[in-house]
Amino acid sequence: MLELREITKRFGDVLANDHVNIVVKPGTIHAIVGENGAGKSTAMRIAYGFYTADSGEILVDGQVREIRSPHDAIALGIGMVHQHFMLVETMTVAENIVLGAEPGSSFALDLKSAAAQIRQLSEEFKLAVNPNEPVEHLSVGQQQRVELLKALYRHAKLLILDEPTAVLTPLEVEEFFGILRRMRAQGKTVIIITHKLSEVLAISDEVTVMRDGKVVGGVQTKDTNAAELARMMVGREVLLRVEKPDADVGRAALEVRNLSVTTATGAKRVDNISFQVRTGEIVGIAGVEGNGQTELIEALAGLVEPAQITGEIIIDGKNINAVSARARRELGISHIPEDRHRRGLLLDFNLAENSILGVHYRPPITRLAGNVFLDDGAIRRRATEIIEAFDVRPRNAALPARSLSGGNQQKLIIGREYHVNPKVLLVSQPTRGVDIGAIEFIHRQLVKLRDQGCAILLVSAELEEVTSLSDRLLVVHDGKIAGEVDPKVATLEEIGLLMTRGH
Amino acid sequence: MKTLARELLFPLIAVIAAFVVGGILILLVGDNPIDAYRLLLGSALSWPDGIGYTLFHATPLIFTGLAVLVGFRCGLFNIGVEGQLYIAAFATAWVGIELANRSSWFLIPLCFAAAILAGALWAAIPGVLKARFGSHEVINTIMLNFIAVSLVSYFTQYYYKVPGDPILQTAMIGENAHIPRLGSFIPGLPERIPLNVAFLLALLCCVLVYLFLWRTKWGYEIRATGSNPSAAEYGGISIRKQIVVAMAVSGALAGMVGINEVLGYRYRYYDGFSDNYGFTGIAVALLGRNHPLGVIFAALLFAMLQHGGIYVDGFSENVTKDIVQVLQGIIILFVAAESFFKWLVGRARPQANQLPRVRAVTQ
Repeated sequence: MLELREITKRFGDVLANDHVNIVVKPGTIHAIVGENGAGKSTAMRIAYGFYTADSGEILVDGQVREIRSPHDAIALGIGMVHQHFMLVETMTVAENIVLGAEPGSSFALDLKSAAAQIRQLSEEFKLAVNPNEPVEHLSVGQQQRVELLKALYRHAKLLILDEPTAVLTPLEVEEFFGILRRMRAQGKTVIIITHKLSEVLAISDEVTVMRDGKVVGGVQTKDTNAAELARMMVGREVLLRVEKPDADVGRAALEVRNLSVTTATGAKRVDNISFQVRTGEIVGIAGVEGNGQTELIEALAGLVEPAQITGEIIIDGKNINAVSARARRELGISHIPEDRHRRGLLLDFNLAENSILGVHYRPPITRLAGNVFLDDGAIRRRATEIIEAFDVRPRNAALPARSLSGGNQQKLIIGREYHVNPKVLLVSQPTRGVDIGAIEFIHRQLVKLRDQGCAILLVSAELEEVTSLSDRLLVVHDGKIAGEVDPKVATLEEIGLLMTRGH
Repeated sequence: MKTLARELLFPLIAVIAAFVVGGILILLVGDNPIDAYRLLLGSALSWPDGIGYTLFHATPLIFTGLAVLVGFRCGLFNIGVEGQLYIAAFATAWVGIELANRSSWFLIPLCFAAAILAGALWAAIPGVLKARFGSHEVINTIMLNFIAVSLVSYFTQYYYKVPGDPILQTAMIGENAHIPRLGSFIPGLPERIPLNVAFLLALLCCVLVYLFLWRTKWGYEIRATGSNPSAAEYGGISIRKQIVVAMAVSGALAGMVGINEVLGYRYRYYDGFSDNYGFTGIAVALLGRNHPLGVIFAALLFAMLQHGGIYVDGFSENVTKDIVQVLQGIIILFVAAESFFKWLVGRARPQANQLPRVRAVTQ
């Protein structure tokens, strides 16, 4: 169906694709896996005409084709769904789908026949999308199906999906895979770009693994396993399951009693939650995103106005409801935020400046005249320590944080928050958008910190992560605790039901 | 070195492009652009008058450029510099008149303090309003400009004007409040040129602002707030406090214009003295890339245009000093168009994360 031959593409100094060869057979689901920056998206964007290759050729149905723009790709029956959806929120589904391929004569827009066609496609693949619904009313999962419809409406025979499950909940992922299987049954070909190995094994027929811009292997999915794929992706042995000794639990370091958090507009996001986190244990919080986890962590970190909080937050027996974010840090609370770009980093500041955020106002970072001036030497030393201990690359403290990959940005934040030897660590989505190699490292660091006696509260949308790391697991639904389970014995199905039904 | 070159590139393009476009305009009105520019720059750089007056005109622009810069670095747009410098100039004149008989050692520091504090307090008002109620500083600073200008006019007219004086100005300040003109130490520079020690103060302020913003914890907090308020808050920085502090510092710098004007030049408050210094300060900060060193260069350039423009007006046939306004306008236009240039350059060399035109709906 699609074949890339010796594709090479260079961006400045970076060789994004180095003689890439990929063969995708018709009627199959083909996974392309690799770490961030391995070149998988670049290869697919070349196939879709976003970029043109520096050298190499593309064959569609056995013939060499020039694909100079997405327009050419669409004409050849190739469609692509991006990680970030390209939809106009205020328009209806049908209007979005016909955008750029408007039916009817040059003046009149024939939306009716388009809507009928979309409804038919939606039924054929069981997408359950109403063409007349405005896109802004749709869930993320539904918006993704609109993107699929957009490609199908343009008669795509081959669909390229870039990290399609990144935005979906576990249940939505299952539904989504059902859709892909129906497409395959109807004779469509699907390429799925991902770095989640469990999904590759669940859905694909064949796998191409990329690393550093090169194809390092192609296998039949049935002949491989997660460990082998991970090894090919990273280039070394990777421990997928977290090994950890039993928790050596002490007194309650963080206690939450009847905590409720209301947004500025009056919506209740956290609803009467009570729990404890003791020293030496990791308490996990599982739940579909948007069920109050963000607000809970921000309330604990002191980032919510005290007026929006009722109940009690207690550290070492003292109520800290009215204590500022800075004073909470001084009490030993560290926080690894869920959104590293919004909360965790000053993207325009360099690594050294980022490494002192939160401790920038006191010695040893400050000196002279009542500790007013920043001590460059101390800042550099701290940055170097963090960069070396957490293997942040490139190892250059003068680079702006913006220039780092997501995984390295995350390692910098974690390194910074560890450097103060926290007593309580609030962690949200620690491995989101992070490479497998770095995930393993981050997990091991969390367990190490736990074993040193830190009380860790871990929020993650990755069920496997939160079950394998946690010593106790709380499942939240709609701002309430739906139940506590033992992560060693609970099944993913059990947890999934608590997450979605709340009981 | 590489970053410095990159920082200089766009301002330089902007200035050159402005002169090219200005040159075409001069041709269109029927004069020779080379002659006009030679006259403009030559008169601005002649010794001692050209250089003396250029540095004198640069002094308020350095202060206002720094004032705008400090606001920008905290993510605030202080359009109220004009009002702040009027309040400050009046305050320093008031102290200079009321305490005219005190010794210089007492009076001059007090006059300095009056200018700095008045500017800081007037600027802190929109700061507090934003920190406390979230009302936008752009609206409030603009409105406070009108209030400031009218307020000082009122006090001048009804309380501090010399009776019978046809000009709207206060009485003279005490001689002990005068600060020396640079002509009194620099050989060859006549004392009639109003360039005074406020210019040295302006240069000192550039160094101080640099140290404050990049070498102290307070500056770190202000810059962090300007760069990413959510992350600053996460790092335990009180954003409300930074907003008030940054506005006050900005206003204090704006207020120092009053020192140059009242204590070093006219020795009285002269109503409407500001040649839009506060607004030109915005252009100075932008052209100077929000860096104190850049502010010095940008202020010098604008001062040269301002002073040279007078000669162009007088000695060339069709070109008037309005050409200076045109040049300033074009420079600002080109500086503001930087992202357009970057887009042009970016189009020629596609970036790895480039996405097509339609806005992404979800993260």
